[in-house]
Amino acid sequence: MVALSAFTGDAPTSLIQAGGWFLEKAWIIPALPAISFVLILFFGKRMKYKGAELGIVSIAVAFIFAVCCAGQWIGQVNNADSHVEHQKQHQEEKHLDDSHNDGDHHETLSEEIQGTYSNELELASGQDSTVFAAAEEDDGHDAVGIKPVVERFTWWESGGRTFQVGIMVDGLAVMMLFVVTAISLLVHIYSTEYVAGDRRYTHYFAFLSLFSSSMLFFVISENVLQAIVGWELVGVCSFALIGHWWEEKPNSDAALKAFLTNRVGDIGLLIGMSILFWSAGSWSIIEINNAAINHEIGHSTLLVASLCLTAAVMSKSGQFILHTWLPDAMAGPTPVSALIHAATMVVAGIYMVARLYGVFFEGYDIAGSSFNILALVGSVTLVGAGLLAFVQDDIKKVLAYSTVSQLGYMVMALGVGAWTAAVFHLFTHAFFKAGLFLGAGSVSHAVHSFDMKKSMGGMRKFMPTTYKTFVVCTIALMGLPPLAGFWSKDEILVGTGGWGMFGGTGGNGTYVFALVMGIIGAALTCAYMTRVIYLTFFGEFRGDTHGHGDPQESGKRITIPLVILAAMATGAGFLNLPVGFLSGSKSGWQERFGHYVEPVATYFPPIAHGTPSWSLAIFSTVVALIGVSAAGYYFFIKVNAQSPASTELANGLTEKNRIAKAGHTILKQKYYLDHLYTDVIANGTKGPVADAIYWTNQKGIDEAVNQVGKQTARVSTFVYEKIDQNMVDGVVNLSGRASEGLGETTRTIIQRGKIHQYAAIMFAATTILAGLLIVFV
Amino acid sequence: MLLVQFLLLSSVLFCIGIYGVLARKNGVMVLMSIELILNAVNINFVAFGTMTNNIAGEVFALFVIAIAAAEVGVGLAIILLIFRNRNSIDLSSVDSLKG
Repeated sequence: MVALSAFTGDAPTSLIQAGGWFLEKAWIIPALPAISFVLILFFGKRMKYKGAELGIVSIAVAFIFAVCCAGQWIGQVNNADSHVEHQKQHQEEKHLDDSHNDGDHHETLSEEIQGTYSNELELASGQDSTVFAAAEEDDGHDAVGIKPVVERFTWWESGGRTFQVGIMVDGLAVMMLFVVTAISLLVHIYSTEYVAGDRRYTHYFAFLSLFSSSMLFFVISENVLQAIVGWELVGVCSFALIGHWWEEKPNSDAALKAFLTNRVGDIGLLIGMSILFWSAGSWSIIEINNAAINHEIGHSTLLVASLCLTAAVMSKSGQFILHTWLPDAMAGPTPVSALIHAATMVVAGIYMVARLYGVFFEGYDIAGSSFNILALVGSVTLVGAGLLAFVQDDIKKVLAYSTVSQLGYMVMALGVGAWTAAVFHLFTHAFFKAGLFLGAGSVSHAVHSFDMKKSMGGMRKFMPTTYKTFVVCTIALMGLPPLAGFWSKDEILVGTGGWGMFGGTGGNGTYVFALVMGIIGAALTCAYMTRVIYLTFFGEFRGDTHGHGDPQESGKRITIPLVILAAMATGAGFLNLPVGFLSGSKSGWQERFGHYVEPVATYFPPIAHGTPSWSLAIFSTVVALIGVSAAGYYFFIKVNAQSPASTELANGLTEKNRIAKAGHTILKQKYYLDHLYTDVIANGTKGPVADAIYWTNQKGIDEAVNQVGKQTARVSTFVYEKIDQNMVDGVVNLSGRASEGLGETTRTIIQRGKIHQYAAIMFAATTILAGLLIVFV
Repeated sequence: MLLVQFLLLSSVLFCIGIYGVLARKNGVMVLMSIELILNAVNINFVAFGTMTNNIAGEVFALFVIAIAAAEVGVGLAIILLIFRNRNSIDLSSVDSLKG
């Protein structure tokens, strides 16, 4: 009963195997872009639209498949709900019949549940149906477990271990399939205009296809081995796309930096996954999670594995201190940045944690504690990156730091046990961040630069559609109600469980530090986004179009994806309205996202859900509004009053106050992390370590080699002169002379041409042989 | 024992043949001595074949006779050619193959 404590005692257990053609055939979704990648490489250049049409068609079909998957999954969950309703009625009737011995009945039922549970666990180590589903009664509506669709076949067997490939489709995977294909489709369409006429247009679309395919492959992977493959493929594709314009040195440097920084974390990934494999005895995600949750793996083992995997998350999802590659990755084409930041690459880390949540949940003891590495990394990242965003002049870099900060929210949410909130934030963030990046791309398409201070300003007059969509996405990012970001961010803050004194409790622990950092981060986000809006769209145009007249609004293929994303950024938040927000007959519309996405099964840890709090929502909104107004006052009133063309106050705080100036410099230098890596770590090790190695090399290894060489030469000379020349050659010469002399003798004595003599020798020899024959045989 | 007499006879013939081959310098005499050796062997074949009641001995003797005839044919031809070239059939003078 201990293991079942998370499930309410009399909730009926419901075992429903999810099915459906689209769910079982989900492997088609990554396969389509993969095929398109190959086709574009071979035939792209000869096609009418240089291969772009192949990419778009394949990802569009994949998107339709993903939507159908989502539909089928939702249908399954609804079926399960009605199934539970039915069972409940049945149970109630039974309950009435058995009312005379109520206590006994309760026990029997518990035993039944226990029995089913362990049976299912036995099955879990077997072939297919791996997941036990239990109904979790939390807040009025029934959450019903559905076994995910698992299809797999044996890849190879070695040393008694079976390595399999397959798909595992549950709510989380379906959600990611939808997000990745949707964002990727919009990015594809956007790219046809944005990179039109590019020198490697076809190549670009080929890699866009492969990028989407790798991420989709990663999302539906059934085991961690497969996930590692997808993870690395994503890394390779990002390398190729960040360095798309590799002729310029900074671009190829950025690509290398992204790749190498990710390698650091990948070591952690490999070690972590290996630990999990050897301790759980399986590569399967479900079995690893089961083993972790049922305490079949020791706690310290899980902790070490979680720490290793956290390193992987830090590099992949751009968390402090391995985030430095992400802003540099802006060297790639803007649509690629949108794809990297919204749907692929960086969310892979978040997804990995969400997928292996049993491991992290148990490894970090998330329930009931108030501190762990994951929450710490996320909290520090979300504030640290938020501060960095203030001093960037490049619009894309501001957005990049914003992504780092928002990913910090997700990691923090996972760290505090707010799984659904993290995944929901991933979902909403994908839309508004893609919208922001594509909007920034649209602006830069018009002014041919990313520098907000030098080339932008007053863009709202020239680009009304871009301006409107950008503002909508910005408000969503700021987390102001009622746009998407508000709902997901608020859920994360609730999930920290740190608002206890004002009523919102029920999280997994009391992570007050995470809550405080989350609220500070919200204010920072509002402030730096206000700065971006002002510098880009307000004031006076500071750019130079080189005599082409005013900047023009981008074409339809750019603006339509922007409008769609802005619409999603507006509406996505309503998918997961907090409990208690609606009442009466409409209460069924609450927490739909969590209901369909959050697994209720053995492979998912028993997380607790925070109780939403009006006071916290209002407080965080007020803080956000303070952030907006502070930055708004600075830019819209003071800077604008100084001169519409200026970008900052001439005699601002950084000029007057030494501490502020120092802070500004630290931020400008990005906390000196790049210096730390390249100058201190890389050069530091390059210098002394290289010297030490050189010395060791010269004095130690080379000396040894030289000595060995010299001694060998001496020995060789000795051997040559004494042994070889005298002895070996002597023996050879001697035998030669001996045979020569013998031959001379025999020639003159025996070989004289006298036939009689020959005959005599022959007969003599025959006689001797005959004698020997007689004597010895 | 009857066999012993045959074996003695063949041994005597064999030794006479060996002596002829080694001691005679006349090529024709050498050939004849070789015939003696072969016939000594034939006697042995026939004797042993009769003793063991096995026809194979006599068959072998017949083969030996046939081959001896061929050999004498070839040998006499060689000796004839030697005589034509050197006007002699003294084998001790035929030593141009010496080492």
